[in-house]
Amino acid sequence: MTLLKIFVIALLINNVVLMRYLALCSYIGMTSDVGQSIGMGFAVTFVTVLATAATWPIYNLILLPLHLEFLKILVFILVIASLVQLVEFYLKKNVPGLYAAMGIYLPLITTNCAILAVTFENISNGYSFIESVVYSVAVSLGYLLAMVLLAGVRIRIKNSPVPKFVQGTPILFVATSLIALAFGGFAGLIK
Amino acid sequence: MKRLWNIFKQGIIFENPLLMLMIGLCSALAVTTSVSNAVGMGVAMTFVMLCSEIMISAFRKVIPNSVRIPIFIVIIAAFTTIIDYVMQAYFPELSKSMGVFIPLIVVNCIIMGRVEAFAYKQKVPDAIVDSLGMGLGYTWVMVGIAALRELLGNGTLAGTQVMPASFQPILFFTMSPGGFLVFALFISFNIWLKGRMAKAQAAKAGAAQEDAA
Repeated sequence: MTLLKIFVIALLINNVVLMRYLALCSYIGMTSDVGQSIGMGFAVTFVTVLATAATWPIYNLILLPLHLEFLKILVFILVIASLVQLVEFYLKKNVPGLYAAMGIYLPLITTNCAILAVTFENISNGYSFIESVVYSVAVSLGYLLAMVLLAGVRIRIKNSPVPKFVQGTPILFVATSLIALAFGGFAGLIK
Repeated sequence: MKRLWNIFKQGIIFENPLLMLMIGLCSALAVTTSVSNAVGMGVAMTFVMLCSEIMISAFRKVIPNSVRIPIFIVIIAAFTTIIDYVMQAYFPELSKSMGVFIPLIVVNCIIMGRVEAFAYKQKVPDAIVDSLGMGLGYTWVMVGIAALRELLGNGTLAGTQVMPASFQPILFFTMSPGGFLVFALFISFNIWLKGRMAKAQAAKAGAAQEDAA
């Protein structure tokens, strides 16, 4: 039950992009096309889950017993960066099909703040390992959802007469604002 | 001196990290629910940017090109850790309300971008001026967004009540949709401002040409 609760809250109620403003750079940058946004969404999901599976044991089994908590930021970012590199090498060699689909997004993911935020929050929320993994899946699926929604809206924006003063990026934020307003309705889902 | 002033000016309007380059947006929207948060974030950001730019600019000749990115990340992470702990010790409330966004300075594209594009190639004084300009450019936009959101969403400004008591706070602005909307208005304002300035400059150049003729 708690796992389901963590999942729903992270996916819909506290949606990572729309409610918590994380990962906005790629949200604006990578949504000009629905296929692209799906590719990016799955690449992020993949890396977030891996990063959680790697950083949770590192923090709880190595940093905590040695009282090295202050190295958290440094260690996590390096772990994520090297993880992304490893995944890239592995995919390139063994799963070329997946690499072709996801490869171009992987280098961009290292500095995606949603991933780092998830790894920090797993620690600060005191989640167990299973809860951390569920949380990371939910957050990244929320990211995928928001990406696909905006990519869909952008197709319509392209063919609409947008007022001159909000053309370009401003209209994307106006659209996001409206999507976020709709997501506000999920707030009553869990008491 | 003029050269340094020009570098400084770039960050404030023409290459404003938030409004023009559209990077580092996450923290800009998340912590702008109140002016004090925005100032805190601006100061933290400027500190990390200043220290990392000085450090990297000073050591630019010994940092090998092939491993520069990991080195940048380690340097930035070190300063982020420092500011994170300083905030927790001296401003515990501010630190709590900004939450995960202080450690997230480490992946803020503004710092990485400036370090890579500027500090790694320029001398130390230039790097200092650049980081201060970018930091100030970041802070003014943050404070602007925060002032608007706090005023409309809460009726206060940096914690003091400024709106008359009869004012009904519009909660929309402190929530996330309001943040996106206010930010959209800010970008569109800056685009307008930039267009006007470019036009004024073109008109000036045109007038100068006519004078010469």
